Amino acid sequence: MLSVTLRNLAVRLVVAVVLTFSQNLGSARAEDITVNIDNFTFEPAQLTVKVGTTVTWKNRDDIPHTIVSAGKFKSKALDTDDSYSFTFTAAGDYPFFCSLHPHMTGTIKVE
Amino acid sequence: MSEFDHDHNDQGPEDGSGVSRRRVLECMTWAGTGVLWTISGGVPRSLGLVGAAQAAQPAGLTFLQISDSHVGFDKPANPNAIGTLEEAIAKINGMPTKPSFMIHTGDITHLSKAAEFDNAQRIISQAKLDVHYVPGEHDFLDEEIKLYRERYGRDTKGAGWYSFDASGVHFIGLVNVVNLKAGGLGNLGAEQLEWLEDDLKGRSKSTPIVVFAHIPLWTVYPEWGWGTEDGARALDYLKGFGSVTVLNGHIHQVMQKVEGNVTFHTARSTAFPQPAPGSAPSPGPMKVADDKLRGLLGVASINFKAGEQRLAIIDTPLQG
Repeated sequence: MLSVTLRNLAVRLVVAVVLTFSQNLGSARAEDITVNIDNFTFEPAQLTVKVGTTVTWKNRDDIPHTIVSAGKFKSKALDTDDSYSFTFTAAGDYPFFCSLHPHMTGTIKVE
Repeated sequence: MSEFDHDHNDQGPEDGSGVSRRRVLECMTWAGTGVLWTISGGVPRSLGLVGAAQAAQPAGLTFLQISDSHVGFDKPANPNAIGTLEEAIAKINGMPTKPSFMIHTGDITHLSKAAEFDNAQRIISQAKLDVHYVPGEHDFLDEEIKLYRERYGRDTKGAGWYSFDASGVHFIGLVNVVNLKAGGLGNLGAEQLEWLEDDLKGRSKSTPIVVFAHIPLWTVYPEWGWGTEDGARALDYLKGFGSVTVLNGHIHQVMQKVEGNVTFHTARSTAFPQPAPGSAPSPGPMKVADDKLRGLLGVASINFKAGEQRLAIIDTPLQG
């Protein structure tokens, strides 16, 4: 009975170590990035990131905006100081825009 | 349809020979709160200031336009958008000519929250007028896009378009705030355009037409998205009508253009002003001195007088 408990503990330890390691590995490979929305403009509007990167859009305008990439992701309306994050797990080009103010556009290239 | 009894075909042949009269447009004041429109026989005509309107006692149909109430907005450009909407309704209640009804050209709420819709309804209903709504992009922000439709979408087509008749004038409410394309402007879409063509088919060309939608149907300033991608197609269907008036909101300032028999007009917001095209880094809410704000907010009043080819618009500010 004791051996079972020990083995159980060992498994848990290994799982914990692997999880910690993989999280560290993730952040080491892909730095997280913020895109600010100011004056109805995405800044930066063009961005190249590595697979696994989390991009966070932050609305700093007094008007709500959305972030929509057709068929890929879609935020709710972000009020002032609201944020939306998306983690890019596949390479490719992700054009996005604000569905309320469609002249606001940008592209994220994931490599 | 009995209201069509007031359609004065005896004003001239239906081929539009009265064009020069119909082109007459006087817009005497862009003061601020709203636009008072008088449609007299077909063409918009300014009644001048509210005082002058009272003196003239215009007969016929008078209706009111309010727009962009943005209930829920509380940012520095106007921390109390509910308060200024209340002031606008008080202004309407104090008008010497009681309007027959009201149109609201969208952005009733700021974030499409149920409480915002409820507050808007509670305040606007104090005018005790029928209100014909079209949605702005701020009214379709809830997850299921149902709050606007539940309240105002009954008896409408598609995303909320419809038409109705009053005193011989044909009113068309359009929706140009859905399915917007990246890099584009406002959008009506094929289904709505088809409906519009059908709605106008066979209609007497002497029928005065009033079209209202949230985003300007004509291109005001594409750099800020102020225009409608397929607005020109809608206007094509309106060619040949002796009098067409297009009323919009969205840009939170008075702007007017007359092109042939078509008069385009945008109304002020009751919530906050926006900058003139290109005069600021973005079209965001414009912060002005506290004592200037109410001169830039307002409503509009429109009067149609049967027997005269004129329609009058009065913009009335909350103050000044």
